[in-house]
Amino acid sequence: MFGYYLELALRSLKRSKALTALMVLAVAMGIGACMTTLTVLHVVSGDPIPSKSHRLYYPQLEPRDTDNGFYTKGEPPDQISWQDGMYLLKARRANRQALMTGGIAPVQLPGSNLEPFFARARYTTADFFPMFEVPMRYGHAWSEKEDEARSRIAVISTTLNERLFHGEDSTGKTVRYNGMDLQVVGVIDPWRAHPRFYDLNDSYADAEELFIPLTTSRDLKGPRNGSRDCWGQGGKVTEDALETANCTWLQLWVEIDDPARVADYKAFMTHYSQDQVAVGRFHLPPNVRLRDVLEWLDYNHVVPSDVHLQVWLALGFFAVCLVNTVGLMLAKFLRRSSEIGVRRALGASRANVFAQLLIEAGMIGLTGGIAGLLMALGGLWLVRQQPDAYASLAHLDMPMLAATFAIAIGATLIAGLLPAWRACQVTPALQLKSP
Amino acid sequence: MLDIRPILSTLKRHKVTAILLVLEIALTCAIVCNAVFLVRQRLDWMNTPSGIDEAHVVEVRPVNIGSTPAMHGRVDETLQALRQLPGVRYASLANELPFGFESWNDGIKLDKDVVAPVMHVTAFYGEGLINSLGIQLLEGRDFTPDEYAWLDDITSGRKDVVIPHVVIITKFMEDRLFHGSALGKTLYYGGEPMRVIGVVRDVARPNVMDRSLTYGSMLLPVRMSEGIGATYVMRVQPGQGDAVLKAASTMLREMDPNRVIQRKRHYSEVRAAYFASDRAMAGLLVGVCVALLIVTALGIVGLGSFWVSQRRRQIGVRRALGATRQDVLRYFQTENFLLATMGIALGMVLAYGINIVLMLRYESPRLPAAYLPLGAIALWLLGQAAVYAPARRASRVPPVEATRGN
Repeated sequence: MFGYYLELALRSLKRSKALTALMVLAVAMGIGACMTTLTVLHVVSGDPIPSKSHRLYYPQLEPRDTDNGFYTKGEPPDQISWQDGMYLLKARRANRQALMTGGIAPVQLPGSNLEPFFARARYTTADFFPMFEVPMRYGHAWSEKEDEARSRIAVISTTLNERLFHGEDSTGKTVRYNGMDLQVVGVIDPWRAHPRFYDLNDSYADAEELFIPLTTSRDLKGPRNGSRDCWGQGGKVTEDALETANCTWLQLWVEIDDPARVADYKAFMTHYSQDQVAVGRFHLPPNVRLRDVLEWLDYNHVVPSDVHLQVWLALGFFAVCLVNTVGLMLAKFLRRSSEIGVRRALGASRANVFAQLLIEAGMIGLTGGIAGLLMALGGLWLVRQQPDAYASLAHLDMPMLAATFAIAIGATLIAGLLPAWRACQVTPALQLKSP
Repeated sequence: MLDIRPILSTLKRHKVTAILLVLEIALTCAIVCNAVFLVRQRLDWMNTPSGIDEAHVVEVRPVNIGSTPAMHGRVDETLQALRQLPGVRYASLANELPFGFESWNDGIKLDKDVVAPVMHVTAFYGEGLINSLGIQLLEGRDFTPDEYAWLDDITSGRKDVVIPHVVIITKFMEDRLFHGSALGKTLYYGGEPMRVIGVVRDVARPNVMDRSLTYGSMLLPVRMSEGIGATYVMRVQPGQGDAVLKAASTMLREMDPNRVIQRKRHYSEVRAAYFASDRAMAGLLVGVCVALLIVTALGIVGLGSFWVSQRRRQIGVRRALGATRQDVLRYFQTENFLLATMGIALGMVLAYGINIVLMLRYESPRLPAAYLPLGAIALWLLGQAAVYAPARRASRVPPVEATRGN
């Protein structure tokens, strides 16, 4: 039966080519627009580290006085100072902890005539690698000992390894970063968190090419790439003096494997704040936060509001396309009243006719879905040409591909309900009368 | 004469299709009105004046590999060399540019003892910046050479360094903070009193987080060193931008091979980069509007053709009874006009509804009433254009059709 209906549907679609083409085009455009924007939303609102996003926490403290331009939200600052960050790092109250900031400086190969070029760096501490599950290709990450020894070492990315060492195992070799020689101890496999949750100064930037111990970077005066908020001294802090300044400029992440210990960690932060108030370093009552990865992204509105606006716009567009399809389908089905009348008179039940018309609607949906997919691929290609930082990530993945067809067929079937039902109301006798 | 009554009674018999068409026009009208309004807002925002001589400003940003001793002399020497280049009128080393993204901000106070700052502003550093950026001085005077201090001296905390205590503010700051002439008045920046010696035309901030403070900017007599985002800005003779950029970057590298040029560009590129995503969004909105109008027009064509083919006999009868081709044509055009009018009326209500949601969720302003008549005219025209082909086909139905079955 289904096969027969399918054949009937195909034949009917072929008969009124223009109308069919209009319907398919409308569905395709609607689907194309929706899938493009939904894919972008899907990409930018995804979980950057699904395996442990609920075990990684971002501690925030309130070290400021009220004498600063940013104290408005009642929220602690988005970053942490050197003193507080180092204290929480060394207290080792969580399973793992890493303190970090971003950097950018020219990279060279000693003794090579390769032009120096800029590379983005992350100045961080040993736990960064196991905590964020950074995969190693060659060598190994560094240990806490090397952090303490302020070792002149670096872990580099695959791309940098390609560029400098043609992809060979480069451990033991030397790179020159900002004029200082660092020994490569490890090369990581391609790795990228998007959004780059661990440092939201540039949330959709590419991953760093060079990882250097935080302490070493301070010795080398590694140029920083990221914001800093200072209070009480009016921007008169040099970058070299950031360790002792009233400035927040670092990100601290902790991993807490046992959910029951999260409250303990928060209590520990509160105690620390109280102690700091007591010694006169903090001026406001303890105000601590401990957000996990997704809460942190949500708090920072990482998904751009334009993306939401685009989704709504696409949904509105899709609605217009569907209303349009309903109207056209109605016209098409009603035009066949006499054919339906004959079939009814020959014994087809209303349910039979209804099923057949719905299959026809489904065919339009399927064709529209395929065309819509092509349009979505084109749309995503256009998105990737856009200047927004997240744009380069916009690719259709398998779930979105399946969703495209589900939405296309589902929506067209729903759109077909009314026309099919109306067409079924045909009284056989009335239609048979006319010549 | 318009045969509105017979049209309405015919439409009653095609209630569902007519309603669908009205609904489609209404949705299109509502979305297009709001989308065009959003585009207008983006375009207005993208045209925000920066307050500088945009056409003649170029920047070259160097970065040093390793540290450079005697940086002060280096900067002076470089600036002197840049000023000698053909085509260069003025040159400075600045910490930031309007709409250049990276910004140096702080809170300022009018009273030293009040705890909370009165305004959050950005501070432009660089010797002779008023000339190099082409900023218009409205009142007071520019800084004198002896008023300048080096940034790294100021931050060193050395006792022998004389910290500047004069400032030039924008007209916006003057109006907001002093309600009258600000010359000679004092504000506190980083706890230090600063006397206002000049007022300039509004200069935009590098990064506008709060649009009501777009022009919360001031200039301080501070000389920058290379590094931490410092950039050489030059005001050039008309048409000399490309040549100056080329010559300047070559010269900078020749003076010191350990100096890498991180960026060289015209100011127009700075602006384009800052507003790139707004431009993209405006383009997207325009694209969706065009697509919506096309889909709606195709819908009108499709349904119009259907109606015409359904009513061939009826049209034939009317023709046989003496209706001219013109009458038939006008019949379908009037029908479309009526449907479009209903759609537009519903669409306006919807448009305001969508606008309210946008106002609540995205802090969008209220939709100006002028958009509604414009939207209405656009949809009427679209409807008439779309229905023309089916209506013309209807007008060609011969009277003899009346004698045929349908």
